[in-house]
Amino acid sequence: MSVSINVTVNGRGYQEEVEPRLLLADFLRDVLGLTGTHVGCDTSGCGACTIIVDGKAVKSCTLLAVQADGADLTTIEGLASNGALHPLQEGFHEEHGLQCGFCTPGMIMAAWQLLERNPNPSDAEIRHALEGNFCRCTGYENIVKSVRAAAGSAA
Amino acid sequence: MAKYIGQAVKRVEDRRFITGKGRYTDDIKLPGMTYAAIVRSPHAHATINAIDTSRALAADGVVTAFVGQDLADAGVGGLPCGWQVDFKNGDTMKEPPHPVLAVGKVRHVGDPVVIVIAETRDQAQDAAELVEVDYGILPAAVDTVASAGEGAPLVHDDVPRNVPFDWGLGDADAAAAALDSAAHVTTLEITNQRLVANAIEPRCAIGDYDSARDHYTLYTSSQNPHVIRLLMTAFVLGLPEHKVRVVSPDVGGGFGSKIFHYAEEVLAIWCSRQIERPVKWTAQRSESFISDAQGRDHVTKAELGLDADGNFTGLRVTTHANVGAYLSTFSTCVPTYLYGTLLQGLYTTPAIYVDVTAVFTNTVPVDALRGAGRPEATYLLERLVDTAAHELGLDPGELRRRNFIPPFDGVEQPGYQTQVALQYDSGNYAGVLDKALEMVGYDDFREEQAAARAEGRYLGIGFSTYIEACGIAPSAVVGSLGARAGLFESAVVRVQPTGKVSVFVGSHSHGQGHETTFSQVVADQLGIPIEDVDIIHGDTDQVPFGMGTYGSRSLAVGGSAIVRSLDKVKEKGAKIAAHLLEASEDDLEYAGGKWTVRGTDKSIGFGDVALTAYVPHNYPEGLEPGLDFTSFYDPANFTFPFGAHLCIVEVCADTGKVTLKRFVAVDDVGNVINPQIVEGQVHGGVCHGIGQALLEGAIYDGDGQLVNGSYMDYAMPRADDLPALELGRTVTPCPHNPLGAKGAGEAGTIGATPAVVNAAVDALWHVGVRDLPMPLTPQTVWQAIQQAGS
Repeated sequence: MSVSINVTVNGRGYQEEVEPRLLLADFLRDVLGLTGTHVGCDTSGCGACTIIVDGKAVKSCTLLAVQADGADLTTIEGLASNGALHPLQEGFHEEHGLQCGFCTPGMIMAAWQLLERNPNPSDAEIRHALEGNFCRCTGYENIVKSVRAAAGSAA
Repeated sequence: MAKYIGQAVKRVEDRRFITGKGRYTDDIKLPGMTYAAIVRSPHAHATINAIDTSRALAADGVVTAFVGQDLADAGVGGLPCGWQVDFKNGDTMKEPPHPVLAVGKVRHVGDPVVIVIAETRDQAQDAAELVEVDYGILPAAVDTVASAGEGAPLVHDDVPRNVPFDWGLGDADAAAAALDSAAHVTTLEITNQRLVANAIEPRCAIGDYDSARDHYTLYTSSQNPHVIRLLMTAFVLGLPEHKVRVVSPDVGGGFGSKIFHYAEEVLAIWCSRQIERPVKWTAQRSESFISDAQGRDHVTKAELGLDADGNFTGLRVTTHANVGAYLSTFSTCVPTYLYGTLLQGLYTTPAIYVDVTAVFTNTVPVDALRGAGRPEATYLLERLVDTAAHELGLDPGELRRRNFIPPFDGVEQPGYQTQVALQYDSGNYAGVLDKALEMVGYDDFREEQAAARAEGRYLGIGFSTYIEACGIAPSAVVGSLGARAGLFESAVVRVQPTGKVSVFVGSHSHGQGHETTFSQVVADQLGIPIEDVDIIHGDTDQVPFGMGTYGSRSLAVGGSAIVRSLDKVKEKGAKIAAHLLEASEDDLEYAGGKWTVRGTDKSIGFGDVALTAYVPHNYPEGLEPGLDFTSFYDPANFTFPFGAHLCIVEVCADTGKVTLKRFVAVDDVGNVINPQIVEGQVHGGVCHGIGQALLEGAIYDGDGQLVNGSYMDYAMPRADDLPALELGRTVTPCPHNPLGAKGAGEAGTIGATPAVVNAAVDALWHVGVRDLPMPLTPQTVWQAIQQAGS
């Protein structure tokens, strides 16, 4: 049994038939081919699949695709506008906030949520906001610097 | 002259990752692709009495399924071990078969039993649930030491006492004599707990058999695609190597766990051949926990003898090393040649002996994990030294300084010959400690600690001064020690007709930033813009050969191979330039991307020479066209980075919680090409080491079940677990490779763990705590405080 859903992803509308059990993360990757959203675990512990759903950072493995019917989604592929990188993308590049890159899309999306709520966070606030996202490469040090740099440049 | 080397050049690989355009193995979708799910043993040890796949085969979308006997009947071999370590008495290592799918018996939870292939991933997983396996449950061998004792269940019937090999290094008599006559002996019984690597990208393999060309392609999340091709074709499948291509595209972290040749790689290729369609398998995280090789798991008794002046006189180490259920690719060299050889540390200890007993258990195989043997050696050594300092009432820094090997550069002064086989290349060990003490403000800290103690607050500082062996390794040396492979590296420098440069390297980047670091080297050595350089890796059809990335070897070995090829490019370029300039080669100098006739303004640029090499109209007689060189670099020695890590913690006496207040790491990794990338490597390494000290540890119950096999249960460092890390650096170049580089990927992990535990023990020594088992959870620490006080 398939269900028809309508979603807007990175400004583009999609109508797709999906199985009710399909996770939103798998919908993005397998149906829409937006493989920038990564899946690193099966217990919503790693945060690699974090995207923006109607203005909120959400681990896209915690939603079924059918629950996103009618939602406006932004994934890492939609963060840059007209070829200009988002300040967070610039920040991660400048401050070496990524190594293997696998956690990076989710990390950037979680940081996006933080800066929406708190444009000038302290280091402790940055660390707290990112505690739902695992990174095994960077030790988080340069991720904190990257978010701080993005906050500074956006201010 | 150096425009890029030594600069924090921003990474050229970043753009694809920050825009969601990275290409990891699971991102690849091939036409007609099928999906595999693997039925794994739920038991640690059991006979397989019967397997019924009929319901699975009848399920929606299922293409086929295979069991172990199908592979055995087709002549598929077992997974090989890459390093032979024989018994001390000369007997050959016991190397029982490691079948791709279990036949007759399963030996750990997660042992693969059946592969089910379907049109979609969900269909494959649904069908896998329908496979019925009749198991006869057997008692399991789980405990590292007890499994080598009398009466323990046998993991492999033909391996008595579950011991595949034992091993010793050093002078047992001299060490015993030194301990017998020592003024003081410090003894510790240490468990270096089992860790799970947990690269955030789960492993993935896609097999794609092309019947039209009779060619195979394997896409796999590997740190070393050429090694996988070699092992898989030569030892497991018996396929002709030239008909097999292995591609490791972007790989989401490895930390050692993606070095090894895994069953799923064989299955993807073999099954694709059977059904003539691509087959993809992607691990779920719960599968990663029971199928990725794990790390550490040593139980050790360590004794350090000191004379009345605090000089180390002898060291004796006895270790049981758990290797899990099968001998994984490098499992045998990790607790031996990568462990025992590091027990000299930074010290002049004149008598050392290490004895290792490897133990099979009904647990996931154990193999290299970031540091691989060196963290285990460093942990026991540095715990011993801090404990000895406490026992003797000496300052831990002063005790180290008394015993440090004096500075040597490996050029004017010779390398330092250890008691445990290695010869250190160059070092200035007091230098890193002095710098770290200055950064931390040591004298002030001791005052602060005393003041805090008066208020009932427990502050502590932990020392760790470490050395590691990187840049693995001279092939002849490791060959004489049982390695079944050479450990050189290769690089092709292909100058294109327009003067742009493509470099094909056998090293594999999965976060290390090779595309940037290697480009910096090439651009500087050729005097061309960095934008003119492209680094290609991870594809056996593009790169002639490679041994891959592990053991912090990529710059020291892979980078040196690049330099060799660059030298050849410049040498041939000079012949072409001399011809065009109508000058003698001897009169030319190469700088700034052009050859100039010394003392004149006559010159010709790199691009013009490159074009001439491919349009050889006006060309030196007898010289081949083209400007394209391959080099293989086999290192002369290991490299030996070192450093000093200092950690300050506060321990809450009421809850046992250990809070990191500061972490200072001073590392000497030799010459540095990109300081920002090196710092990133150290940050990540330190975080990994802190994780072992405070949070991580695989827990098996008595039945061999991994009870914390998910991200809900296995604790790893998160962003708010760590303080800001304070890094410093000294530079002692490696004397034996052209870049003077030593390696930075594992340093942090090796140094950090003992610093944290030493700090916690320092905080609690005055209340009677003498040792703390890792990880230092609040419960563990609280109990230790209670026991010390009772």
